Amino acid sequence: MTAITLSRALNAGLRRSLESDPKVMIMGEDVGKLGGVFRVTDGLQKDFGDHRVMDTPLAEAGIVGTAIGLALRGYRPVCEIQFDGFVFPATDQIVSQLAKMRYRSQGALALPIVIRIPFGGGIGAVEHHSESPEAYFAHTAGLRVVACGDPADAYTMIQLAVASDDPVIFFEPKRRYWDKGEVDTAAPLSAALPLDRAKTVLPGDDLTLLCYGPLVRTCVEAALAARADGRSIEVIDLRSLSPVDMAAITASVTRTGRCVVAHEAPVYGGLGGEIAARVSEQCFYHLEAPVLRVGGFATPYPAARSEDHYLPDLDRILHAVDRTFAF
Amino acid sequence: MTEETIQLLTPEGERVDHPGYPLGDVDIKGMYRDMVLVRRIDNEAVALQRQGELGLWPPLLGQEAAQIGSGRALSPKDMAFPSYREHGVAWCRGLDPLYLLKLYRGVNHGGWSPEEHKFHLYTIVIGDQTLHATGYAMGIKSDGAEDEAVIAYFGDGATSQGVVSEAFSWASVFHVPVVFFCQNNQYAISAPAERQSRVPIYQRASGFGFPGVRVDGNDVLACHAVTRQALRAAREGQGPTLIEAYTYRMGAHTTTDDPTRYRVSSELETWRLRDPIERVKAYLIRSGEAESAFFEQVEADADALAARLRAECQALPDPAPLALFDNVYAGPHAILDAERAEYAAYLEGFEDAGVTVGGGAEEGR
Repeated sequence: MTAITLSRALNAGLRRSLESDPKVMIMGEDVGKLGGVFRVTDGLQKDFGDHRVMDTPLAEAGIVGTAIGLALRGYRPVCEIQFDGFVFPATDQIVSQLAKMRYRSQGALALPIVIRIPFGGGIGAVEHHSESPEAYFAHTAGLRVVACGDPADAYTMIQLAVASDDPVIFFEPKRRYWDKGEVDTAAPLSAALPLDRAKTVLPGDDLTLLCYGPLVRTCVEAALAARADGRSIEVIDLRSLSPVDMAAITASVTRTGRCVVAHEAPVYGGLGGEIAARVSEQCFYHLEAPVLRVGGFATPYPAARSEDHYLPDLDRILHAVDRTFAF
Repeated sequence: MTEETIQLLTPEGERVDHPGYPLGDVDIKGMYRDMVLVRRIDNEAVALQRQGELGLWPPLLGQEAAQIGSGRALSPKDMAFPSYREHGVAWCRGLDPLYLLKLYRGVNHGGWSPEEHKFHLYTIVIGDQTLHATGYAMGIKSDGAEDEAVIAYFGDGATSQGVVSEAFSWASVFHVPVVFFCQNNQYAISAPAERQSRVPIYQRASGFGFPGVRVDGNDVLACHAVTRQALRAAREGQGPTLIEAYTYRMGAHTTTDDPTRYRVSSELETWRLRDPIERVKAYLIRSGEAESAFFEQVEADADALAARLRAECQALPDPAPLALFDNVYAGPHAILDAERAEYAAYLEGFEDAGVTVGGGAEEGR
């Protein structure tokens, strides 16, 4: 076990994937010599060559569209979209082509493509660099959508995503790239928690707090702070956003009777709404209060000097927790 | 036709030579037969749509030479990425036209094996397949395969799509073995080609750094020779070529379209004189390469094919209801799996009540 950053954990996972399958390749803007703007692919081109770690033209539709062609040829491309707000030029290729190819070919074609997207705010960035577009993709059948929340998951989940025969949209919490955590690089991948499962990061009895990506750390901090008020909060990192691991969620909520969902994406039309509806349906007689949601507002992502108001922080999450207990 | 348009067979059926594109030994009678058969498939499909057997059909009428000429230039290992009107290319790839009828009947979205036929599924979002073709060609290059090339089919309208420009750009900078085959049939539904480009489409290639050529798209021999040469260049490592097959969509965009709203009948009459099939027939008769027995046999083959397709199309069962949940994911997906189970239980409720639900027992494959 060594403590490494989430960014290094992704790098180590990608390296392992490149080593274990010669058909795996990485493609994207600035992923080669530069190692990516967040250095996630640092050193990989040097070690695996520019045909396997490929700097592409600056065209997101081109990245995903040609990755589809490469996958049809037998390759397993891992595409990097440089920032969340830049995925939209590729949306047609993702939604109309990538997601549907297995279905429309009646299973004759598989597109084992991973699309890595750094997402979320909190880094003081300019426009289009802080967004949380996961709901668009979770709404699209045929895609698997996941988000890693800590270095250990980053390391295993990226490898599982590459090994998946389905297309995977892989969200990386960009403001947590530099967070450190223990990663067991000696453990076999087969021992890792499957990609479609949630995990309990902090056990508790009084309320279930659901989160993913950058808010996992925030929610753990909130739960620890709530202990001062004598509240025992269970924090679950969803990890998988399509499918959401409802079995894990309902197991927890039937025990705690209260549920709050937190994400940076706007609350309206967000995943929290879907989860709240399912929890209400499946845990109705166990609930002590309505499921509450905490998230971004129904505004575009604001300018950096206002983002602290937009992003759910420890206090806003605890405010929702308080409202749940006050119900 | 302008001077820059490659032509090997005039509308009157006269063979002309072009120094850059020697025809060589080709099976002109086979080309004629293919064109007649695909036109007959096309006519039958339009009729089936009119009779409610198909939901939609995009006719290829007028584009037979572009598709048969180029399709027959492909080697067995070459990969084709079609748009949604490439019924003639599908024919050349050995695809049973019944697959196309299934698609436009709504039995499935394709259903053939793209790898087996080296013919990808139809792509309906305009231009998307040009990037897939380019990526596939990147894979060929990465594999070090020297005897394979890719061809991407699209239309004049698609040239306005950003993805097509991206495909040109990527194919050029990665220097991959792909041929871009644009059938300029003069209309994107109602929008004339002049609404897509101020310059001839083939000239766009130069801006991306590879050759572009315009061919008489109603001349099957020229389409064949030009495509064959471009594919050979691609296989030999010379990178992409853009071919603009200058043709005309004599039918409607699809069976839901009404071309009389946007073009005059005299235009259609002008293009009728350049019919891609008639000129080959004139050539075969004049040169003595074929006699009436040949033409009669081709007509009989076309009739038999049409009758077979009509009967098989009408007999196609609807897919079993639960088949709509299949092949979304490679493995389990908890949300989808739960929905399938719930819907199955819902349907069983009708069966318990003695009501038959849904279509045929067979899956619509």
